[in-house]
Amino acid sequence: MAVVFEKSRSLTDEILTYCPGCTHGIIHRLVAEAIDDLGAQSSTIGVAPVGCAVFAYNFFAVDMMQAAHGRAPAVATGIKRALPDRIVFTYQGDGDLASIGMAEIMHAAARGEKITTIFVNNAIYGMTGGQMAPTTLVGQVTTTSPYGRKEELCGKPIRMSEIIAQMDGTAYAARVSVHDPRHVMEAKKAIRRAFEAQRGGEGFAMVEVLSTCPTNWGMTPIEALKWVATDMIPYYPLGVYKDSSKGAA
Amino acid sequence: MAKLTILSDRCKGCGLCVEVCPKKVLGFDKKSLNAKGYRPASAIAPENCVGCAFCARMCPDCVITVER
Repeated sequence: MAVVFEKSRSLTDEILTYCPGCTHGIIHRLVAEAIDDLGAQSSTIGVAPVGCAVFAYNFFAVDMMQAAHGRAPAVATGIKRALPDRIVFTYQGDGDLASIGMAEIMHAAARGEKITTIFVNNAIYGMTGGQMAPTTLVGQVTTTSPYGRKEELCGKPIRMSEIIAQMDGTAYAARVSVHDPRHVMEAKKAIRRAFEAQRGGEGFAMVEVLSTCPTNWGMTPIEALKWVATDMIPYYPLGVYKDSSKGAA
Repeated sequence: MAKLTILSDRCKGCGLCVEVCPKKVLGFDKKSLNAKGYRPASAIAPENCVGCAFCARMCPDCVITVER
């Protein structure tokens, strides 16, 4: 018998600290598989965020740094410029990247830093207890929007992939989802392309992955996957927003 | 015939693998709890497994290894 599927070499044996059914684990695995595919385990440096994924340095079997809240792209910039032959990635949530870290991500894209950013969007602040994030959908109930997010008070959620795709320094920007096996396979392709864009020196690459937060959404893991399909994807359309190898989008 | 290996002590019982299995191979082990206190996923109809690995691709905790 041949092994069809086994855990990636670029993941450690640590048990993930995420809640049951949280798709962070799937996204970790896809990043690790992309590193395996590039044969880059010994030459990759990751930057962990603040948020649920703060312990990512325990889970990836590559060199890791941990940055202050939202500052992973700035730390990754320093690493990449000092060690330009390494593959450098940041792994950030929506509270980290789209709120406190908005300036860092925008300027990293504007400078065309040759780093890869994995942006995990679950429309809520997970670790701190389910507060409203910049990506929380209109009407979504969180601990700081107990009657649902109101557009007249808070505006509409920020679509980061579309914004990043507008920047000249961006080589690749895509939004993917991991709510069923087909979308997991597509997400894997996008993440691998984002790493290849960095290796080819094309510029900044970001993959936004729609993720779940069953605990703070108040749903079962299965209900949460369905909510991604029925509520999140209509507002956050999936697709490749920019790919420098295929001309401007 | 395909073979699933499930590391029950890593499983958090989220059920994503049970949901996506097209052949209804997976279910919850109703008789035991694992070291973390969850009811782990287990192969309740292993003879139906075709080795598509949907379960393993959806598992957030890398619990499942698939051989075919």
